Amino acid sequence: MTTQESKKLWMACGVGLIWFLILLWPLLGIQPEGLEFGKTFKVFGYIAVAAVFIMFFYQIKEAGHLDAVGDPIVSAKGRFQELYEKTPRWILLSIVLGFAIVFPLVTGRYAHDVSISVLIYICLGLGLNIVVGLAGLLDLGYIAFYGVGAYTYALMSLHFGMSFWLCLPIAGVTAAVAGSIVGYPTLRMRGDYLAIVTLGFGEIVRLIFNNWMGLTNGPNGILSIPRPDIFGFELNKLWMLYYVILVIAVITIIAVYRLNFSRIGRAWEAIREDETAAELMGVNTFLLKLLAYAMGATFAGFAGAFFAARMRFVGPESFTFLESAMVLAMVVLGGMGSIPGVILGVLALVALPELFREFELYRMLVFGGTMTLMMLIRPAGIWPASRVGRRSEEAD
Amino acid sequence: MADKKTPILELKNVVSAYGRIKALKGISLKVFEGEIVTIIGANGAGKSTTLMTICNIINAVEGDIFYKGKRINNVGPQMLPSMGLCQVPEGRRIFPRLTVLENLDMGAFFRSDTANMKDDIERVFELFPKLRERRKQLGGTLSGGEQQMLAMGRALMSRPKVLLLDEPSMGLAPLLVQQIFDIIKMINSQGVTVVLVEQNANLALQAAQRGYVLETGNVVMEDEAHKLLTNPDIRKAYLGE
Amino acid sequence: MEFFIQQLINGITLGAVYALIALGYTMVYGIIQLINFAHGEFFAAGGYMGVILISYLAAQGLHPYACLGISLVLSMGYCALLAMAVEQLAYKPLRQASRLAALLSALGMSIFLQNGLMLTQGVYDKPYPTEITAGGFEWGLISVSYMQIFIVGLTAVLLVALNILVFKTRIGRAMRATSQDKVMAALVGINSNRVIATTFAIGAALAAAAGIMVGLYYGSVNYSMGFVPGIKAFAAAVLGGIGNITGALIGGLIIGMVEIFAAGYISGEYKDVFAFVILIGVLYFRPTGIMGENVDDTRV
Repeated sequence: MTTQESKKLWMACGVGLIWFLILLWPLLGIQPEGLEFGKTFKVFGYIAVAAVFIMFFYQIKEAGHLDAVGDPIVSAKGRFQELYEKTPRWILLSIVLGFAIVFPLVTGRYAHDVSISVLIYICLGLGLNIVVGLAGLLDLGYIAFYGVGAYTYALMSLHFGMSFWLCLPIAGVTAAVAGSIVGYPTLRMRGDYLAIVTLGFGEIVRLIFNNWMGLTNGPNGILSIPRPDIFGFELNKLWMLYYVILVIAVITIIAVYRLNFSRIGRAWEAIREDETAAELMGVNTFLLKLLAYAMGATFAGFAGAFFAARMRFVGPESFTFLESAMVLAMVVLGGMGSIPGVILGVLALVALPELFREFELYRMLVFGGTMTLMMLIRPAGIWPASRVGRRSEEAD
Repeated sequence: MADKKTPILELKNVVSAYGRIKALKGISLKVFEGEIVTIIGANGAGKSTTLMTICNIINAVEGDIFYKGKRINNVGPQMLPSMGLCQVPEGRRIFPRLTVLENLDMGAFFRSDTANMKDDIERVFELFPKLRERRKQLGGTLSGGEQQMLAMGRALMSRPKVLLLDEPSMGLAPLLVQQIFDIIKMINSQGVTVVLVEQNANLALQAAQRGYVLETGNVVMEDEAHKLLTNPDIRKAYLGE
Repeated sequence: MEFFIQQLINGITLGAVYALIALGYTMVYGIIQLINFAHGEFFAAGGYMGVILISYLAAQGLHPYACLGISLVLSMGYCALLAMAVEQLAYKPLRQASRLAALLSALGMSIFLQNGLMLTQGVYDKPYPTEITAGGFEWGLISVSYMQIFIVGLTAVLLVALNILVFKTRIGRAMRATSQDKVMAALVGINSNRVIATTFAIGAALAAAAGIMVGLYYGSVNYSMGFVPGIKAFAAAVLGGIGNITGALIGGLIIGMVEIFAAGYISGEYKDVFAFVILIGVLYFRPTGIMGENVDDTRV
């Protein structure tokens, strides 16, 4: 890096900090009692020190002083990649699966809790991945199907005393029906219109949960939903539920993997890349897009039914837009269209924020900032799918 | 022909790429003041890319681009019109929802001499009387020929020293093509240097003084236009004989 | 009948607010095809800056109208700066990236700003000094408050100003040209980065004005107030035809009316549902919105 470039960088950093100060001070410093500067400068001080520190670090790295540290990491990464490519796929898979099976035996309640939500989000992420990653339909109301699944199980089990295992497929079907209902009128719409309309549908579903007192008990939600059982034996420990969702997640992964490389999967990708061309090749785009919605919704329905059984409570607050945004973030962050990518995205967004539990207040702030930062650093995701390329028309 | 020693526009070994695919593999060419220079070649030879690279819409990965002796590799595209370098891109790219007058105004966007601009608009209307009739109409509603006229008029509004024209004949009826080429020659006779990219090699070589032949990102031949016109290889490859 | 007219007046007031927010969405979308999810937060920040400044200026003993006027201008300026910062930081580096990456960056910024507001301003509602625009006219059962007149009047003034800016000035022409063809705009000498920054600033300033209006209208502001009006305003922008300034106004008025009439005649709880049902219905029959869109280059 030349001196000029580094000067420019420091200038940008300085301007950014001044700008930040200008934006921060009015929020903290203007009080009816008078103008106050202490608090602002305290907060600003922390940020400025952090920024300068990062800048120094960056400069040192650019200057090559960190190569001694970086090179082994890079070469280790290279060797890991080599190893990864050489080892047969089934060995890797059995290691991962083995780890997942042993995991609850060696960890405590808290870890079970976190790992269960990781697995739930894996189901959701993979389901949404069908819609967004494969078929290229932007869906901002995906969490509604999760809600439909959850309420289906809650109502069925409470009113008709049906078992979890019977309700699971029913929840999938109701979610798929809901998906088709949302899909039918929206599929004529294009990209970003789809985004706002699906967002609208998501809100409609949440408002119905919230306001249909007779069915859903409104904002109070539905309480004391029965746990799943196996031949009359109630699964009343958290680690038992872990295995239930593990099975659901594994089935989801296998199903999505198979779909991915089937004719249908290819047709979805064709639609994503060029809808007109796909249609001219004889792909029934409307039906396939509807199918993408329904399939994606089905997995959300499964996850929702499990969620209701695990929490033993459902309420409209669990199905807000923020949740949809979270799941979408996991898919895009991990790498659209790629199964390991989505799993990594889920781990990054569910497990990592758990590390910041103590700073509960700042958690969402950090979450939002991280989301933007990750997009800036790796817009294609952590583990991009190999078949997802840049669209030809974007190249110029 | 003016001073042959210092070209007004010069490319030295310019390489540019779309992602990993190299579109220009080291192009060198010189344009002298007052000339019409044409760049001919087949589809995908890199003709349009050359013009887009000159204007820094596509960055040159290697090589140097000089304009009036100044290296312009790092000059942003929006700075070039005020320096007298102006392009009429392929497909004309009229602003479809701006009126004809507004489109012409956009050509003089960097200028603030309103009085002179009025005169320039008059001059454009004299050159292209059709545009005067249509001056309140939206750009997108014009016919292909009228759009080409508008695009050229818009470029002239910046009072260019060097005008880069990309496929001005594309999609136009033969009669119109002839008319456009007459106007290009007229613009040139008023002192504007013209770089003309064309698929219609015959017409382009007739209008130009010198020509470059591009093939898959390389300059394979450069010569005086009339020599290229009689070169049997060129006649075979580009003039359909 | 009186009830109907009253609802009409209320609907216009609310619609004016939605229209102002929708303009920011539609202008930004028109120029870089990005759903700026952080736009709702500009609106919320405007509302907060309004109450912060009004309280401060009132404590200095200024005339209430002067307080309101100065706060309005300063809040609009503040949000313009905020929007430019967000644009530089979170959107500009992603111009060449996929649209989804930019969309998620916007979502991240929205969450970040919302929580930033919460951390600096607290979780609870902040009351607005509504006495500034208290009072109004009454004809029988129909009443029009000064505040409603203020909202509709200010919206009209801002719309006229915006129209002049976009259709009569150089920067407006540059904005329209950039939204129609970025490459060509650069070729005629327009600095598209500056144009985009300006667009963000204008949109956010309008949202800030809307934030103050909403604060006055409902009597308080909250850190999460940006979300629901934000998506309704985006719905309004789409309804009218995205990228289309007149469309944003019409869409905003429709969404405002539907909401008020649904709440008045059908059910208050489902008023938001009706806004979205109308949106879906209109888009089903007219996929480019009521006024038609003004975007050339749209793809996911």
